[in-house]
Amino acid sequence: MNQQRSSKILIWLILFLTLICLIIDLPKNFHLKFNLGKINIDQVISSPKIDLSFGSFKFKRDLEIKQGLDLRGGTQLGLEADMNNIKEEERKNALEGVKDVVARRIDLYGVAEPVIQTIESGDKYRLLVELAGIKDVNEAIDLIGRTAQLDFRELSDEKKASPSSALIFDYQPTGLTGSQLTKASIQFSNQTGEPMVSLNFNKEGTDKFADITKRNVGQRVAIFLDSIPLTAPTVNEPITSGEAVITGQFTLAEAKKLAIQLNAGALPVSLKVVEQRTIGATLGKESVEKSIRAGMIGLLIVIVFMITLYGFLGFLASMALIIYGLITLALYKLIPITLSLPGIAGFILSVGMAVDSNILIFERMKEERWLGKPLKVAMELGFGRAWDSIKDANICTLITAFILFNPFNWGFLNTSGVVKGFALTLTLGIAISLFTGIVVTRTLIRVFYNPDDLKRKTE
Amino acid sequence: MKLNFMGYKYLYFLISLVFLVPGIFSLLNWGLKPAIDFTGGSILEIKNEKFNPPVNGNNNDNEKIKIIQNIEIIEGIKLNSIQASGNKTYLLRLNSINEGQKEGLLKNLTQEYGEIEEVKFETVGPTIGKELITKTIIAIILASGFILFYIGQRFKNWKYGICAILAMFHDSFILLGTFSLLGHFKGVEVDTLFVTAMLTILSFSVHDTVVVYDRIRESVKNYPKIKFEDLVNKAVVETLSRSLNNSMTIIFMLLCLYLLGGVTIKWFSLALLIGTVSGTYSSTFTAAPLLVAWNNWEEKRKGK
Repeated sequence: MNQQRSSKILIWLILFLTLICLIIDLPKNFHLKFNLGKINIDQVISSPKIDLSFGSFKFKRDLEIKQGLDLRGGTQLGLEADMNNIKEEERKNALEGVKDVVARRIDLYGVAEPVIQTIESGDKYRLLVELAGIKDVNEAIDLIGRTAQLDFRELSDEKKASPSSALIFDYQPTGLTGSQLTKASIQFSNQTGEPMVSLNFNKEGTDKFADITKRNVGQRVAIFLDSIPLTAPTVNEPITSGEAVITGQFTLAEAKKLAIQLNAGALPVSLKVVEQRTIGATLGKESVEKSIRAGMIGLLIVIVFMITLYGFLGFLASMALIIYGLITLALYKLIPITLSLPGIAGFILSVGMAVDSNILIFERMKEERWLGKPLKVAMELGFGRAWDSIKDANICTLITAFILFNPFNWGFLNTSGVVKGFALTLTLGIAISLFTGIVVTRTLIRVFYNPDDLKRKTE
Repeated sequence: MKLNFMGYKYLYFLISLVFLVPGIFSLLNWGLKPAIDFTGGSILEIKNEKFNPPVNGNNNDNEKIKIIQNIEIIEGIKLNSIQASGNKTYLLRLNSINEGQKEGLLKNLTQEYGEIEEVKFETVGPTIGKELITKTIIAIILASGFILFYIGQRFKNWKYGICAILAMFHDSFILLGTFSLLGHFKGVEVDTLFVTAMLTILSFSVHDTVVVYDRIRESVKNYPKIKFEDLVNKAVVETLSRSLNNSMTIIFMLLCLYLLGGVTIKWFSLALLIGTVSGTYSSTFTAAPLLVAWNNWEEKRKGK
């Protein structure tokens, strides 16, 4: 009696959960149009957007499936940082610094949702950059991988007497370089609204810059990038705050370019492209469409197979399988998980494993029936007995998935995004399949599968 | 009538050998055909409306030669192979080229054929590949170790763990061997996705074996007086339909992916498919008989 009541509550909960997942799963701008007798329905429906905030915790999702590069096309770059000039204990920080600089440059370049990962593997320090939908990779690499060295130069004392006759060659290095610059950004003048470029130095750079500006009031100090002069602003007064502003007749584009270049020069280490993958959008799209269709057909065959083997029980298990699919998709959107082709494969494989729990249970039920136990008892025994196998088997799969996912980013294990994506979808698949294969199927069976009713009807 | 599965255990070992030997022979002789993920290099796939699609597998040789001429004239580019990869597309395998060299190559071909679409371009430095191999081996050893430990703990007997791992290696070598043969005769390459498939199969193999072992453990507990070999036989008979039914569902999914899915995951799904079939076979016909053989050997030794 008690069990019956809790089953009734559970079935409503499952129904509710399914409905929520269904709403989340709705595609963008889904056009619903059909006629039902006299009722005409013609409406565009969409999955809702989520925008919650509790204090400092913010949760915002536009509920769209994030597609990996192999699906929507784009470029993946593997960049290796040259750490020869960096002390061992500072390399980790240096890599983070490079990551920030690269992120800022990409930001200025205007790529939607770039993914930038740092990877340490042995004594190698790498950045993995994913740029979706970029056509001109050349430009991107140029911008990101620029290894330019920035330095500040001043005129020698003799030349300072007659600055108008000074040539580029007359500027001498001051010892202040890009490695002492922390950031360059664009500002707008309060008075004229003209774009300016502001510079921030670290402590060492601040001191050096203060000395240089003290020495050169009224003179020009030139900024060189790769030994090519970028700009040579005049020093109006000594600057000791470590913050400087370069004013000039900049257009916005010029100011932006200068800021990017200055940031490029601020890069403490040089980067080398060691890996590049560009995938045209057509290839990805074609592959996805085919693979999804294949998955659908596979799913259909599995459902037919289950119903043929186990009858009404198989049908209930198929229902659980569809709920499994809905929950998985909803979670992909909520977390969100970037879906790649191996990810889809992981999902399809976990569908197979989701059915496994049910088959184990049903086979056990059959056996108990052969031993002459009443159906209701056989059912509960089946679930109980199968649990041991299900648990051990799935834990073994979880162990592998865990190692593949490499959650602590250990250098001696795989850090490739593709493998990680696969492991993540597999793990999620196992977790959800345990829920649907056991809780959902059992509840469905308890509520809808009443063998005594069936018997009475057939007798 | 009762089926005596375990009576034929040496036949199963023989069947396994029949599949394992050619594969291992191929592995030792020809190895695997590594994709650029491992070797480093560049792959460029190009598409043009004017390209003549290959008819019945015969490539248009004149066209190929013309493309080759247009590519090799560029300084620093070495073409390793050219292959029609579909309708109006060619797949070029090159030494590791940079963005500038690629642009030059495309420009050259554009002059000849008009707008060339770049379907795919990948270039990988040679150091990454070596790392991937070591990392995979470490992952396999680590996973085997953990699984061995877990099964040993759960079954309170190391024999189960070791036999499960042996069955797992059985499946890995079947898969590696098959892809070595495919690589030698069909030019199929082994890439990062294959590594993923391989690791998945390891876990599937153990997953399937554990279900059979779980039954053996249960029988041993319930009928302590019956001979071990008969208990294993009973367990195998009881789990066979489950094993088959379950694997069928996975095989259906994978077969659909292999036959109907996109090009990019074709070999990935085949690897999973081979692994699933082998994994299903090995849990009943390798893992269980191994356990029996080990047990018999132990009893014989004690008897002496």
